[in-house]
Amino acid sequence: MFDTALTSTDLIFLAKGAGMTLLVTAISVVIGTILGIIFGVIRYQIGPIWAAPLTFVLDICRSIPLLIQLVLLNAFFGMVVGLRWPGLTVACIVLSLYTSAYCAEIVRGGIEAVPATTRRAARSLGMTWGQDMRQIVLPLATRVALPSWIGLALGVMKDSALVYVVQVTELLKSTQILITRLQEPLFLLLICGAFYFIISYPLARFGGYLEKRWSND
Amino acid sequence: MFNYTFQWNQALKYLPRMLEGALVTMEIALISMVIGIALAVLLTAFRLSGNRILKAIAQTWVEVARNTPALFQIYMAHFGIASFGIHLSPFISLLIGITFNNAGYLAENFRGALKAIPDTQTRAGRSLGMSAVQSFRSIILPQMLRISFLPMTNQMVWAILMTSLGVTVGMNTDLYGVTQDLNALTFRTFELFAIAAVIFYLITKAITIGARLIAARLFRY
Repeated sequence: MFDTALTSTDLIFLAKGAGMTLLVTAISVVIGTILGIIFGVIRYQIGPIWAAPLTFVLDICRSIPLLIQLVLLNAFFGMVVGLRWPGLTVACIVLSLYTSAYCAEIVRGGIEAVPATTRRAARSLGMTWGQDMRQIVLPLATRVALPSWIGLALGVMKDSALVYVVQVTELLKSTQILITRLQEPLFLLLICGAFYFIISYPLARFGGYLEKRWSND
Repeated sequence: MFNYTFQWNQALKYLPRMLEGALVTMEIALISMVIGIALAVLLTAFRLSGNRILKAIAQTWVEVARNTPALFQIYMAHFGIASFGIHLSPFISLLIGITFNNAGYLAENFRGALKAIPDTQTRAGRSLGMSAVQSFRSIILPQMLRISFLPMTNQMVWAILMTSLGVTVGMNTDLYGVTQDLNALTFRTFELFAIAAVIFYLITKAITIGARLIAARLFRY
């Protein structure tokens, strides 16, 4: 196992894959979070009946395998609409929607955790809805939502391993390409797994720490 | 733009084959869930035991399962194990990968559930003359499973969604694998995968609604 045919060029190839994983994750998490906050606030504001269509769409994003969502949207853009978009764009769109579906749920939970009396107090002090949202709800809801949001972001990073179906060479795909050439599956997979673990583990622990620290007051 | 003609008949013709695939998908998810729960209970028991080695094993399992992609775990179960000279069929590799993942996540859920059960109950059991194993089995375990019923339902849905990853290790009898094969045959990519998506949606909905009914029946008190 220790005398490997892995060269420095291969390592750069792997690093590029890792960079692609991080890029897809970063774009999707940022867009997905913004969309998720908008969807979450809308769902909370207009009530369950009027929000039913939105809830349905977000529910679909959560109950269909990501692999199928990617293939389906790729086929839709490529064959039905006839746009030749690069795989990276499709991957980011699908992952952003996927993130926003989960994020909307987290945001809604966060807003609901703010006591109604606190908000009414803010409004009766003469704050507008916007002020109430920004200065009362945002800080209080963040405490509830941030730990789960960290979990979500890490989940998206792990799920970004699936974007290989739309021809994006991220870390796991580049590992697989190297496996095909070098025939050292165990060694290469261990490198790949270690990368995910090193990024995910500390952040997951940090999320757990925040949850523990913020829950008891 | 938009000069695409949908040919749903072409795809719907294969619906029976896809439904057979859906059965395989459910079968894998169910088996992996049953073994996963059993392993997760074992891991939880390891964590509760004073033995440092058992604790380390459980901890490593949970952290690896939770901090690496499911696809990586399935690769590991297929190509990783294969490098030791053990060649598993895609079905078994997929099952091992998903079960490993399930057990890790469920063990963490169980730990959360354990926090809700007061320590005093174990002590009460022990002072009534029960052994450590007895008090875990007949006092802690039933409550733990009850508290973590909802997370278990979620994990079941995840298991269904995860079976679609089997195609990467050559699985072609589950719903995604069948769809992929039919796609190679007919090139109706959008139609076939849209039907697969609807089937997946219906399965997950059936599971969540079914679980809610079971919960209402089981946890009446």
